[in-house]
Amino acid sequence: MDWGAIFGNAAVELISPTTAAYALAALGLAIHFGFTGLLNFGQAGFMLLGAYGYAIPALKLGWPWWACLLTSLLASVIFALILGIPTLRLRADYLAIVTIAAAEVLRLTFTTNEFAPVTGSANGLSEYQRDLLTLNPLPDGRYGFGPWVFSDRAWFFLILGWIVVILAALLTWLLMRSPWGRVIKGIREDEDAVRALGKNVYSYKMQSLILGGLFGTVAGIIFVMPRAVVPSYFQPTLTFFIYAILLLGGAATILGPILGSIVFWVLLSFFSGFIARAVEAGWLPFMTQVQAGQLRFILVGVAIMLIVVFMPQGILGNKKELAFVK
Amino acid sequence: MSSEITPKAKPVKSTGLHVGDPAPGVKKVDPILIADGVKRTFGGLTAVDVEHVEIPRNAITALIGPNGAGKTTFFNLLTGFDKPDTGDWSFEGRSLAHIPAYRVARMGLIRTFQLTKSLGLLSVMENMKLGAKDQTGENIFRGLIPSLWRKQDREIEDKALDLLKRFKLDAKKDDYAASLSGGQRKLLEMARALMSDPTLVMLDEPMAGVNPALTQSLLDHILDLKAQGMTVLFVEHDMHMVRHIADWVIVMAEGRVVAEGDPHEVMQDQAVIDAYLGAHHDTDLGSTDTGHVEAIKELIDDEQ
Repeated sequence: MDWGAIFGNAAVELISPTTAAYALAALGLAIHFGFTGLLNFGQAGFMLLGAYGYAIPALKLGWPWWACLLTSLLASVIFALILGIPTLRLRADYLAIVTIAAAEVLRLTFTTNEFAPVTGSANGLSEYQRDLLTLNPLPDGRYGFGPWVFSDRAWFFLILGWIVVILAALLTWLLMRSPWGRVIKGIREDEDAVRALGKNVYSYKMQSLILGGLFGTVAGIIFVMPRAVVPSYFQPTLTFFIYAILLLGGAATILGPILGSIVFWVLLSFFSGFIARAVEAGWLPFMTQVQAGQLRFILVGVAIMLIVVFMPQGILGNKKELAFVK
Repeated sequence: MSSEITPKAKPVKSTGLHVGDPAPGVKKVDPILIADGVKRTFGGLTAVDVEHVEIPRNAITALIGPNGAGKTTFFNLLTGFDKPDTGDWSFEGRSLAHIPAYRVARMGLIRTFQLTKSLGLLSVMENMKLGAKDQTGENIFRGLIPSLWRKQDREIEDKALDLLKRFKLDAKKDDYAASLSGGQRKLLEMARALMSDPTLVMLDEPMAGVNPALTQSLLDHILDLKAQGMTVLFVEHDMHMVRHIADWVIVMAEGRVVAEGDPHEVMQDQAVIDAYLGAHHDTDLGSTDTGHVEAIKELIDDEQ
């Protein structure tokens, strides 16, 4: 058993751009679900818009990176408005239904062969990073220490991703300690009471939906930078993984989603490495390699259940709040 | 239960509020809120059907009536939380029809709820601060820059602390609102409503579920509102309290205003007694034909 490789791979996930992307998407969901009480089950849809909103103009129109970024953000705002206008006046569950359906509509639209010339259909798109890479200040080559030896390109996306995560966390922290954040948290507790105090609840919910969605969109861009964009990344399970991360870290916290994402990916990598090698070594004779690959997701499901039952406030959540949850 | 409860100070009653004989829909000398032909139906049920009613300014008006009379629905209609089928209503001469609840609140008409809505996982202080109007930092962009709202926030905090002291909640200011008792939450909700300096305070059953000792201080607070120049409209079931602090009483039954007047007179009104006790409460059922009585008995049995 090669323990070094198992731990090495797990350590890589500690700082990988994917971890950063999931952390940012979870932070967006923390704004929706943790602070405002909006049940957004379509975070994968926001991420998809980020990925394709960046890739399509970059490849098909040859736009510079900042124009591609703006396209993504604009698409995300429009998506949030389309979701929010009909549902934010209704009870919270309606938003949940609409978001999960809308995210699926987007994914299937980008999968269909009809738009293959633009979207690349199921094969997706690649090589849209060129303009952004011109900004890469790092010298060519592979460097790093311990398990963290990457190419200059990988380092660039990694650093960029984590800078964005830190900025987003800072922005969220500033907002949540402001009177704006107070209104948002009030809406989570009881929107009628907040309405009776003269606040335009509908507008606040919309602002929250847009802001959290924008975080998801940027997360989508970070996610697809080190790879190619394929529609099958953005299945509903993506949203559920992000929810798992959010609940693991603590729903109404700012560092929770980031810590949650790190713990989630390190554990996931560790488990899959361990199980794959355990099967190889013949420790689990009843299991094939393919089955072992699926087992880690079963473990994720079990982990989510355990968190919700035994640690509903998450790693960083306030235990005191729990005493008053109905 | 409440017979020995009286406000500490003898309330100063406002009189001469109306023009002409007290009757449903009577004109007021200086009305703050006027409702005209407000009707709300839920399917086949007419919950509220108020032809005309005026609420006098700077007075305490009680809205009473048996359960299901439509008092809370009427409250919801007036404050924009529900939309009537037909009708006009205005507050200080400005029409309130089709105005959303949050804008009604900004105009100075603040309400509380029958089932208290304290924001449980916010501290008592945060609950109070949320009540203040026109906060710079409540804009998402300005909220990002603390120097823009810090000063205002401190002023709001001082004001909140003052109010909390008056309501004897200052010791609890850093606790979660969820940790307060039911009565304390009623106090908090009332204090929070006062943060916006309202002109009309509408209290939906402020005394429901509050212990007698706290009732006394709540009564004093309501009287205090009037002394500070505010108008109070409240829904209540406790007649003793109504008689003690209300300057004017409006009685609703089956969605309509059936009587209006000064609290002592209105209690003698036949329509009020009928509404509360049933139209035939003093008729000897034994003297009517026995078939009728049998039918009523069967009805009662069915209901049980």
